Amino acid sequence: MFTRALYIISIGLLIASFGKDRAKTRAALVKGLRAFSNILPDFATVLAIVGLVLTFLSPDIVAGLIGQKTGILGMLVTSIAGAITLIPGFVAFPLAKSLLDRGAGVAQIAVFISTLMMVGFVTVPLEIRYFGRRVTFLRNTLAYLFSFIAAFIIGMVVL
Amino acid sequence: MRYSASTTAGATGATGSLRAFARVYRYFLLIILLDTVILILRPLTGKEVFRHTYSNFIEMLSICPPIFLLLGLLDVWVPRETIIRYLGEDSGVLGAGLSILLGAAAAGPLYGAFPIAAVMMKKGAKFSNILIFIGAWSTLKVPMFLFEASALGARFAVTRWIVSLTGIVFMTLIIDRIVTKEEKAAIYHRHGEGCQT
Repeated sequence: MFTRALYIISIGLLIASFGKDRAKTRAALVKGLRAFSNILPDFATVLAIVGLVLTFLSPDIVAGLIGQKTGILGMLVTSIAGAITLIPGFVAFPLAKSLLDRGAGVAQIAVFISTLMMVGFVTVPLEIRYFGRRVTFLRNTLAYLFSFIAAFIIGMVVL
Repeated sequence: MRYSASTTAGATGATGSLRAFARVYRYFLLIILLDTVILILRPLTGKEVFRHTYSNFIEMLSICPPIFLLLGLLDVWVPRETIIRYLGEDSGVLGAGLSILLGAAAAGPLYGAFPIAAVMMKKGAKFSNILIFIGAWSTLKVPMFLFEASALGARFAVTRWIVSLTGIVFMTLIIDRIVTKEEKAAIYHRHGEGCQT
């Protein structure tokens, strides 16, 4: 249902855009297509990895590592994974969904998503070049701590 | 000979584009190769692997067309330069709101936001607005939100969006207070223009 709404909205906007400016609409299509083909290699790789790994990862194992009952320890595991890995959300969400389906806890997954997006361990040198050490350190540390708060709240609301 | 992904692929003919394809998709192809080895050695497990991979692809690729369509339209119809003007020193709450909108309308990884933030600083956007923009870009992006909602459920995505928005505002206030005027000036100095704190 959600997907269908998305299709309807985007196609409606596409038609409106086309009516207003054909050249711009063409540019938008090219940009969208290029963004897609840029992400597709990473996307395909992770989907393939997920397909492979999940075949061997039984629900019992997932639940044991990062299930609801693992509490803060499980969240520590997923937060570190989220902070150091650099995978785009497009790719992370299917992975997160598969883990949830296999018994991972909501708070554990939430902290993974949150740290993944807000904390960039790998890109710290790049960030320092733009914002200096102190701002970079502050932003990443605060975002890391905040991810736990967010996860606790999400864990309470979802379920 | 070097092939830089898709740009040179067309000009170098069939073997060139094939090689470019293999290069860009090398990790993916490696995994499929591994899957194939498993399929040969352990047919039952191998079939299961391909079944999982296939359903992963179908599920996620079905949501892709409208998202990338929206992304392209946003990019073309929302001009950056004009908005930058509204993010300056006296922009107040409106500037903060606009920074959130700007970041949320974006697409791409967080490090894609840094160059844009640099341009905004150069053109005189307020430091707190830059922090809000970075925060919004990192975690409030609308295309991502749509994807998240479809994969993990609307309840999960909406809760995370609202909590993150609150968190970004608080974190911005904290950083903006801790970082001194001189430090801000030094950061702005890196990007060319005069101090805007």
